Amino acid sequence: MAPARVPLVDYLHLEPEPHLVAQECIGCGARFFDRRNACARCGRTEFAPASVDGSGELRAFTIVHRAAPGIPVPFVSAIVRTDDGTWVRSNVVNCDPTPEAVTLGMRVRLATYPVGADDDGTEAVAFGYEPT
Amino acid sequence: MAARISPDSVWVLGAHMTRFARYPDRDLIDLASESALGALADGEVTVADIDVLACGALFQASGAVGQRLQKQIGQTGVPVYNVANACATGATAIRTVMMAIRAGEAEIGLAVGAEQMGKMGLLGGGATKKEKKVFEPSGRYGAVTGVDGHLGTETMPGVFAQAGMAYAHDHDGVGFEQFARVAYKNHLHSTLNPLAQYQKEFSMEEILESPMMSYPNTLLMCCPTGDGAAAVVLVSGERLASMPAHVRKRAVKVSASVLTSDPFTEDCQVQPDVNTLTRNAADQAYEAAGVGPADLDLVELHDCFATAELIHYDNLGLCEPGGAGDFIDSGGPFRDGTTPVNVSGGLISKGHPIGATGVANVYEVTTHLRGEAGDRQVEGATVGLAHVIGLASACGVHILEKAAA
Repeated sequence: MAPARVPLVDYLHLEPEPHLVAQECIGCGARFFDRRNACARCGRTEFAPASVDGSGELRAFTIVHRAAPGIPVPFVSAIVRTDDGTWVRSNVVNCDPTPEAVTLGMRVRLATYPVGADDDGTEAVAFGYEPT
Repeated sequence: MAARISPDSVWVLGAHMTRFARYPDRDLIDLASESALGALADGEVTVADIDVLACGALFQASGAVGQRLQKQIGQTGVPVYNVANACATGATAIRTVMMAIRAGEAEIGLAVGAEQMGKMGLLGGGATKKEKKVFEPSGRYGAVTGVDGHLGTETMPGVFAQAGMAYAHDHDGVGFEQFARVAYKNHLHSTLNPLAQYQKEFSMEEILESPMMSYPNTLLMCCPTGDGAAAVVLVSGERLASMPAHVRKRAVKVSASVLTSDPFTEDCQVQPDVNTLTRNAADQAYEAAGVGPADLDLVELHDCFATAELIHYDNLGLCEPGGAGDFIDSGGPFRDGTTPVNVSGGLISKGHPIGATGVANVYEVTTHLRGEAGDRQVEGATVGLAHVIGLASACGVHILEKAAA
């Protein structure tokens, strides 16, 4: 039997295909990934789930060579704007962590990868963006 | 241009900063005391003249630092405000005293910023939870384990690198070399400032090839951690007018004192927006002071990382919109350029003991406007701007003007 899998964060949905789900303010359409008390833009308190487009553009990045102990380096930290206008923070994956390989404005798409298992063998799955 | 004393204006009467350094044999209150007593002496007043004290020390924000300072320099019973606002903590202390004076509750106030960080190392990030035996979602993102390093970076050099790269995405002529040139300038400037933590020039090659922290920020493009304090005494125009001529002559007008937080923007949920609140603060400050960027003889801005300084050229209106790369390449912010920026050496080389920073910037501008900055003096300076930003975010901008002769 395949090991159980859980998403690293609750806004990553693994089924049927991996995708992100934002909370969209029903008042102004602002999108958030965290548990909300109210909308930071308009103050409304009602939200609806919204699937986020898996494709987008790399709007900013940094190649991290020094990080806290236990975090493997180098890695590419990225800010992505998806094609439906949602902003996402993640890593660029499946790509050399060099300024030659990573370019501002490059097209990327959502990808998932395992980040370890707990004592029951449940695997955590993270998401990143890979070049297309 | 020189400012005259109106009753409702507020002025810097005295100012002081310690050298930024590492002081393992002194404590935070030693540093705060040195600056507080220094600023009082500089303004020719005593602690008995002070109506209000605001004190900022970020990493000891719950430690009643203001009252502990009073217990060393004078327990007069006046109100104390201990403030914390990330890297804008010092500017917030100044602004707190400003508000007390403007509200008519005080005539003379003391703002102190201090910090003791030692060799604290990399700030931000690494808030990894202890690996749980069983993955269970927790927190506002329902994370089953730490996300730093998986979902981007939370380290300060990385976060500010991304802010710079977002600017590079939107504007031509900005890249690794332009960011490095900012650090080259500030290290060069620091060689003239005896109060700077580091006073050493580095070549462009040395900066580009120093250890990479978070591309494009190399080690020499990042501010150090350190210890230090700064203080200013502020006075109402009404009270200043009754003071001796030689005191009035050295007073420096606070023509604008602004504090902003970050308004909602589309990308602010995933990356700190350090731009919009700085632009808002600058706009408000220029309007309040009745000056524009072209009037500024010097600027001390928040260069926690080289990438940050470059984008603030644009945010503060020091260059053409989108033209921050050209501005540094053309030498505009060098001490002999059109708008000298960070002639103190900036946070990159002068140092960044967090609570002290926003007061030290006002000290620096004040010292130039008085014509007392020694080897690093910007000749004939009459108007200057001091800017700080702390993530979360808070931005402080003060515009200062030399007194009329």
